[in-house]
Amino acid sequence: MTNADSSSFRLHGRYRELAPHLVPLDYTNNPDIRVPPTLIVTMPELKENPFRDRIVETFSEDGHGNLSFNDFVDMFSALCETSPRELKTIYAFKIYDFNRDNFICKEDLKKTLNKLTKGELSPEEVLLVCDKSMEEADLDGDSKLSFSDFENMVSKAPDFLSNFHVRI
Amino acid sequence: MEAGLESPVDEDGVHDSFSQLIAEQSQNGGPSDAFQLQQLQRHLDEEDRDNVAHLSSPGRDLRERRLRQRDVQWEDDERQGDPLLGERWSSATMRILSSMPSRTIGRSRGAIISQYYNRTMQLRRRRQSRPAIRDFSHSARPSIRGYGMEADSTDAEVSKRERLVNNLQNLSVSDRVRMLRAMPLNVAEKSELRRLALQKEKSTISGSQIPCCSQLKYYIIIGARQSWYSWLSFLHSLQLGQVALKRVSGRFGSGVLSYFLFLKTLLFFNLFLFLVTGVFLVLPQAVHPPVLPAGRASFSGLELLTGAGYFSDTVMYYGYYCNYTLGRSCMEADGGQNVSLPNGTRLDCVSENLTYNMPLAYFFTIGVSFFITCIILVYSMSKSFGQSFRIDKSHSILAMKVLSSWDFKVIKKTSVKLMSENICTQLKELLAEVNHKHVKNTRCQKLWRLMVHGLAWAICIASTTACVLAIYYFSGHMHQKQSSRSTIDPLLNEASLLALPVVVSLINLLLPGLFNLAAWMEDYDSPSVRTYVSIGRNLMLKVSVLGVLCYHWLGRVAADPKMIGLECWESFVGQELYRFLLMEFIFTLLDTLFGEFLWRLFSEKVLKRRRKPVFDIAKNVLELIYGQTLAWLGVLFTPLLPAVQLFKLLLLFYIKMSSVMMNCQSPRKPYRVSQMTTVFITLLCFPSFLGASVCVTYTMWSLTPSSSCGPFRELKTMFQAGKRWVEALEKDNPNLSVLARAHSYLVENPFFLFVGAGIFLIVIYFHSQVVDGQRKIIGLLQEQIQNEGEDKKFLITRLQSIHEQKRTPGRRLTSQDC
Repeated sequence: MTNADSSSFRLHGRYRELAPHLVPLDYTNNPDIRVPPTLIVTMPELKENPFRDRIVETFSEDGHGNLSFNDFVDMFSALCETSPRELKTIYAFKIYDFNRDNFICKEDLKKTLNKLTKGELSPEEVLLVCDKSMEEADLDGDSKLSFSDFENMVSKAPDFLSNFHVRI
Repeated sequence: MEAGLESPVDEDGVHDSFSQLIAEQSQNGGPSDAFQLQQLQRHLDEEDRDNVAHLSSPGRDLRERRLRQRDVQWEDDERQGDPLLGERWSSATMRILSSMPSRTIGRSRGAIISQYYNRTMQLRRRRQSRPAIRDFSHSARPSIRGYGMEADSTDAEVSKRERLVNNLQNLSVSDRVRMLRAMPLNVAEKSELRRLALQKEKSTISGSQIPCCSQLKYYIIIGARQSWYSWLSFLHSLQLGQVALKRVSGRFGSGVLSYFLFLKTLLFFNLFLFLVTGVFLVLPQAVHPPVLPAGRASFSGLELLTGAGYFSDTVMYYGYYCNYTLGRSCMEADGGQNVSLPNGTRLDCVSENLTYNMPLAYFFTIGVSFFITCIILVYSMSKSFGQSFRIDKSHSILAMKVLSSWDFKVIKKTSVKLMSENICTQLKELLAEVNHKHVKNTRCQKLWRLMVHGLAWAICIASTTACVLAIYYFSGHMHQKQSSRSTIDPLLNEASLLALPVVVSLINLLLPGLFNLAAWMEDYDSPSVRTYVSIGRNLMLKVSVLGVLCYHWLGRVAADPKMIGLECWESFVGQELYRFLLMEFIFTLLDTLFGEFLWRLFSEKVLKRRRKPVFDIAKNVLELIYGQTLAWLGVLFTPLLPAVQLFKLLLLFYIKMSSVMMNCQSPRKPYRVSQMTTVFITLLCFPSFLGASVCVTYTMWSLTPSSSCGPFRELKTMFQAGKRWVEALEKDNPNLSVLARAHSYLVENPFFLFVGAGIFLIVIYFHSQVVDGQRKIIGLLQEQIQNEGEDKKFLITRLQSIHEQKRTPGRRLTSQDC
């Protein structure tokens, strides 16, 4: 499909300009090149995003943020406008799961909140917000948000799909 | 503690908090309980900390009480709160816990593949039709008749990946594409799966015996799909303002972006209308121009503003169109088709084989384009409504705000800062709302607030009524002046036609400012209520203004056109609509210039404020809807009006884009994008399109067309064009008389309309009952989930207690019973 080809070509251009000395122009023999996360978060689409480190870590194969070109394409295709809802929910859950235990526990919520508000809320307010959110969203009562709790909550948020979208 | 790698590559990866324990277990041969418990205790310290914080929240009281009641049964008084936390698990329990399905969702590739294998299996079972009974032998038992069984190879050694590929191959193409897109796997792996699935498909197709006609059908479908995709990618590559949209969304977020997307939607509606009217009406008439009367005005610059003068005898207006069949030889005279020739001169007849019945074409083009627009509007409205309406009126607002309110599109540093401030403010407000008890106003305060609201509404309604009456009398006055004016300077005459549009546009510009003042006086608590009230008031104003204008045109001008010396009232109404559209555009430009650009300069230089003016999304969208209503009203009278609207929208897109980037900042109030988008599409459909189509239907049904111009002259109503055609068909071919009679009965008898509307209402009622039932089911399911959670906790504690009993039969651990 020509649409996929043209956007793939564009993405390769963007990937290359992050690290021109590392990324070859020719990808026909699929070289195993990975760009470190410190270079990837310099992209204008990610630079100011408070979750940029988590996003890059989630899509990297080794879990530390080094993205190969395939991972790069994965990232932007999961975050694009036409990506299906289930996919976006899965990746959003992974991004907000800071300690990667497949649950969003209170610590994860606290970290998320701090990144959102950049320290504007007082610690008591942070605690209160986390408690209330956990109460609201935790359905099976284990005081952690499993993936199904998260999915249920996000399905009620009508703006989730349009917010979880990076334009490239 | 060294965390185990949790990449999808690590197939046997388990949660990292367990890996150390399991490693230690395998190291130590026979663990001593104390040592193990020590390790676990150290590990579970952080969970204990959690426990304390979790205890302090007040909302847990009820649940704690319930749990406490259960604990009493277990004779455990010291355990408080959640029994799963702060518990000392053995490593065997931990190992079981770590491989629970809920902890492995989306973690390793193997888990993803088996999860999607299950999903594709369910999908296949749903999609597959049951095999007919007659295909099985009589003696077959129901269980082996194969209901719901898939005819797969039963190779026991086939791996899960091959099974998944098998399932994918057996799904339909659209299902397969959807399944593949939704898989959270690497792009390389997805393309590998796709390739394998297609490969198998190709081999099975070439192997089996497909009859040639269905093979042909298969190739045609593939070819059609490929061409559709390439057309879509071509459209996308045109990049209608993609770069500009990205800049706007990067700086302002989704709210302001929704305005520009709405503008694009309107662009497509107008493009569709323009193509339809252009191909079916304008082109044939332009190719076969009628003979024009003498005395045509020459081109002076004023035409671009008034639309009259030189333009009045062009293909732009209704009056230019012929009422005969184009291209037919003038020897033939058909019943009801008059060849209108001025002064009896002979037409330069060209006897062609292609004939084009102009009145019929006009009638059907307008009718069909309105019908198709209606369908598209209702479809997009219902889709948007479905996305934003949630059956379950839940209260998880705080969680939603924390986890789904960050707009990932925003990339500019100052906007990001602003957005995080906004979210912070909203969280504080929500916390205050959730925590405090609802402050009861005293009776005096309530009365005062009621009075203030009543006063504000009274001001708004009074000002609206005053303006509407002013327009009514002013239009009547201009109407009179028009009739009494005869031979004064024609240029001044034309310029005076602009007076009414200017007045109406001024009212549309100034009155919303008054409404804003009233809302500021009222001081609403909730910003969404404020937005809705403001939209309601603006809507009320625009609907009444348009109503009085329609009365003026259809009631006054059309009723007695001779009074003001009009030969062709439809062309006059078309010109009026053109003027209104143009004036509205000019005033929008002026408002952008003064309201945004100059105001920003003023506030920066004179008032020395750092804050730029805020882009008012609701006001701008309502203006767009108003302009679109005018365009829809005018299509009947001015087939080229969609082209004018198209041009105007394109210009507006780029002008507003540059103005917003230069002069405005994003709105500070929280803006619920999808809800607002639904509201705007609904407003576009209901008052706007419905009103326009009611007016057009009324014109076609009841008003008498002018007798000397246009495609419907000599007819009693425009609608008769269709009737005449059916009668002509009947005359030509008597077999169709049944059809003709059915047609006349169906269309002219209002009984069928009532029956249709009644059925429609009944269907809506049934659907709303279904939604109610679903809401109840959701409540029951949520209870069930809670119960399952309790069950899980119970089972885990029992498992642990049994395991400990087995291992140390002599030791009596307190508070564990058998």
